Amino acid sequence: MNTRMGKQTVLFGKMPYMAAAAAIVGPYEGDGPLGNSFDKIIPNDDNGEKSWEKAETKLMKDTYQLLLQKGSTTENDIDYVIAGDLLNQNIASSYAFRGCEMSYLGIYGACSTFGESIGIASMIMAGDFAKQIICIASSHFCSAERQYRYPLEFAAQRTPTAQWTVTGCGGVLLQKEGTGPMVESFTAGRIIDQGLKDANNMGAAMAPAAADTIATHLMDTGRKPNDYDMIVTGDLGAVGTDICRDLLSQYGFDVYGIHNDCGLLMYDRNKQDAHAGGSGCGCSASVFSAYLYPKLQSRELTRILFVPTGALLSPTIIQQGESIACIAHAVGIAG
Amino acid sequence: MQKLYNSKEYQKYVDKKSPNSKLGLNMLKAFLTGGTICVIGQLLTNYFNSRDLDQIDAATLTSMCLILFSVILTALDLYFYIGKFGGAGASIPITGFANSIVSPAMEFKTEGYVMGVGAKMFLIAGPVLVYGISSSVLLGLIYYIVK
Repeated sequence: MNTRMGKQTVLFGKMPYMAAAAAIVGPYEGDGPLGNSFDKIIPNDDNGEKSWEKAETKLMKDTYQLLLQKGSTTENDIDYVIAGDLLNQNIASSYAFRGCEMSYLGIYGACSTFGESIGIASMIMAGDFAKQIICIASSHFCSAERQYRYPLEFAAQRTPTAQWTVTGCGGVLLQKEGTGPMVESFTAGRIIDQGLKDANNMGAAMAPAAADTIATHLMDTGRKPNDYDMIVTGDLGAVGTDICRDLLSQYGFDVYGIHNDCGLLMYDRNKQDAHAGGSGCGCSASVFSAYLYPKLQSRELTRILFVPTGALLSPTIIQQGESIACIAHAVGIAG
Repeated sequence: MQKLYNSKEYQKYVDKKSPNSKLGLNMLKAFLTGGTICVIGQLLTNYFNSRDLDQIDAATLTSMCLILFSVILTALDLYFYIGKFGGAGASIPITGFANSIVSPAMEFKTEGYVMGVGAKMFLIAGPVLVYGISSSVLLGLIYYIVK
């Protein structure tokens, strides 16, 4: 039976299955420690297209096609696709699915989009409204840079706390009947703003949101951190990870040794110049699809809490002097 | 969950947790980079002087050459690395100014020559021009009155 527990958590009675997952990333991500795990690494950032936005659109389109193939299903059998990215008006997603036959829901949760997508899809499925749903999210370093920061060739230095937007797309196919890891719970986050204004330190801005959602999830469900094999946040990076673990211990939850972060898993920070680590919708989406999903499938991980984190800012609102509003969604997944 | 910190406390806590830039090393790199660019400029000026150009012409030609170098290096994806290494040492000289105009022109070419290159070219350099020119007009007025 579907149940709502505590303040923000839902438990699924009939759990949706994650029948397949696919991830395609850029060359820089391919050079990272997870390089061999991804389904495909595009040789050039432009992905054979004339603009970065089109390159990201194609990245999502190709990941979607691959996902259909890996899930041995066809477009006609998909009820919904729930997609999102970082670009203004969500155009990478909308244009990737232009011309497709199934219902499309575009969502924006900044880098938490993938978690939001899986949560919404699971609830739709729990409500018996769909048999197959695709959850997918992407980001692209070059399209994000031009929208949020500077032109690529502009000679500027980054701070040590800055993060590197992942060029990548990850997606999962949820099925009502089937096999594979199952979505057992979803804790939709609330918006947390601790008043930070430095857009070059988003890990620190997002950490309180991650800690809030994780702590709420554990309170709502009455679980302990070590009920999970891994609690994995989306893109807190080095600074945010440190803060999130510390905040959680102040809430009374010891996650040291259990917590990991997709932004830290993505790059080799000793060899690659990614500063505090990876970020972007594509970060948690591709790390989940290529690294965590297979481990759940082989039951090397039996239960994880996947917590994509998002900084809901725009350059405009930051220039107007506002602080960074953040969010994190927690998805409980059993292998 | 209850908030553990208020905004001020959290900012302080974050400052403690966040690594700072390596100030000493960055200043040294900026000094070396900016210094090298200036030495190249001086060598050019000396060369133009030796070719019987007066100081004003030599200085104008030097600026033009440095801008050209910067534009070529930006187009070849090399000035970015000089800026990454040298920081303000690469952005304060005239070469940095040229880079700040060429880089958006390259970036926004995908939106066409009018709304892309034309409209976005001064995205970064615009404020420098506005306040540079405004302050020189103001100083000129003061000079005129005081004189």
